[in-house]
Amino acid sequence: MTTEQIQNEIIDEFSVFDDWMDKYEYLIETGNTLAPYNEKNKTPSNLIQGCQSRVWLDAEYKDGKIYFTADSDAIITKGIIALLIRVWSEKTPDDVMNTDLFFIDKIGLRENLSPTRANGLVSMIKNMKAYATAFKAKYES
Amino acid sequence: MFEIEKIRKQFPILKQKVNGKDLVYLDNGATVQKPEQVIDIINKMYSQYNSNIHRGVHYLSNKSTELYEGSRETIRKFINAGVTEEIIFTKGTTDAINLIAFSFGEKFINEGDEILIAETEHHSNIVPWQMLCKRKKAHIKVIPADENGELILSEYKKLLNKKTKLVAVAHVANSTGIINPIEEIIAEAHKSGAKVLIDGAQAVQHKKVDVQQLNCDFYVFSGHKMYAETGIGVLYGKKELLEEIPPYQGGGDMIKSVSFAKTEYADLPLKFEAGTSNYVGAISMGEAVNFINSIGKANLERHETELLKYAEEKLSLIDGLTIYGKSENKTSAISFLLHRIHFYDVGMILDKLGIAVRTGAHCAEPTMKHFGITGTVRASFAVYNTKEEIDILSEGILKAQKMLS
Repeated sequence: MTTEQIQNEIIDEFSVFDDWMDKYEYLIETGNTLAPYNEKNKTPSNLIQGCQSRVWLDAEYKDGKIYFTADSDAIITKGIIALLIRVWSEKTPDDVMNTDLFFIDKIGLRENLSPTRANGLVSMIKNMKAYATAFKAKYES
Repeated sequence: MFEIEKIRKQFPILKQKVNGKDLVYLDNGATVQKPEQVIDIINKMYSQYNSNIHRGVHYLSNKSTELYEGSRETIRKFINAGVTEEIIFTKGTTDAINLIAFSFGEKFINEGDEILIAETEHHSNIVPWQMLCKRKKAHIKVIPADENGELILSEYKKLLNKKTKLVAVAHVANSTGIINPIEEIIAEAHKSGAKVLIDGAQAVQHKKVDVQQLNCDFYVFSGHKMYAETGIGVLYGKKELLEEIPPYQGGGDMIKSVSFAKTEYADLPLKFEAGTSNYVGAISMGEAVNFINSIGKANLERHETELLKYAEEKLSLIDGLTIYGKSENKTSAISFLLHRIHFYDVGMILDKLGIAVRTGAHCAEPTMKHFGITGTVRASFAVYNTKEEIDILSEGILKAQKMLS
């Protein structure tokens, strides 16, 4: 699936919830299903420091694709991370770099991305794109 | 008579719904909402009286100058300063602390001197002193807090010595609401020859403050936390000290005469008010004092103490909830965490329920470190809050706990 198709799939899944509670419960559940993050990789260089929740992000490049792993100490943040990884993991650097990220807005979680929330998610998105740029420069040029 | 419904009616912002629910505003430690009479005076300033102060000979300039200086006098009475010149308008608490760090620092701090601050300070009462110490090769010493967040006075006394030039502590710690024993802190500092700055940002809106009785050398606070506009605050300083220390910033209004050879500075208080000051803000601060006086400080204090006690009782009933900062001497704030649940998640769920709280380190990272945590959820109260709102908070916490565990 393309990153666009995955995003549309997520939007579809969220469209069944008309109540915020159901939506957040689903997000929390999603956060709980996030693949475990290797504690050893909770290094300062992988840490994205928000003033609210902390996010750790790591990435690997294998056979032309990027594999992201991430974690957060806050479960709602973790839920959004899980969605981002679903969109971007196992994609090529070009896919990640060229994605127009529209699903967060569409499922009504924009508030989690406002800079005042300072939960590290805005930086996480930037860092994921930066990984893609770096992998492309290192392995594909 | 204290009539909560009448008080609430004066705050237009409280009437709104947030996320479909009645707004429950419990982030008053960050900033409080404004009563109609404060909003009205700001409006009136711009629609009827606006003109730069201390400048013109015309009607409007006289009018706004009169209101500005009238506000200074209102604030003098509010904290019972001796003379009006002791009230300096600043941009806020942080600005006032920076002013003292610079001006007092220039005059009195030398290499090897020591400045005492409390472990439970917010960053505004830490960083300006660090900058000063770096500039002057002086040192910061920290008054430790015990496991409940109360300052340990015996340790404080041990830290005082003849190198101690200044003690800077909060009247009320912002992250826990604990009222520090400033009377004793001030008396001990003076015995040892040190001056004292009290950060009253979290105190003046909740408690009666009498700077002459306290005998502190400096007392600073912000307008926006006491029902006035943002971008305005006050530095109170003892007249003889303010006269001794140099100006902080140069510009118009703070001078008597200027030539390229020599500039003579204005007398107090204008010496410290360079440039066009935030006169609308200052006037709103006077009006905020009128608002507080119309309720009565004693009534306000009684109501807020009741709210705090009620919140402590209510929240203590929640399994797995820990309150940070335990003391008999607290005002208007309660900081807590739910076991194994992140404060950010709790704040997000409460927001969805229309409840505004503060989450995070509250600009007091050393305090959080002291408790071995990275942040808390803080509910903080103002005069317009009710027990019903605390019930809603408590139900909200239970709901968040259920969703998140």
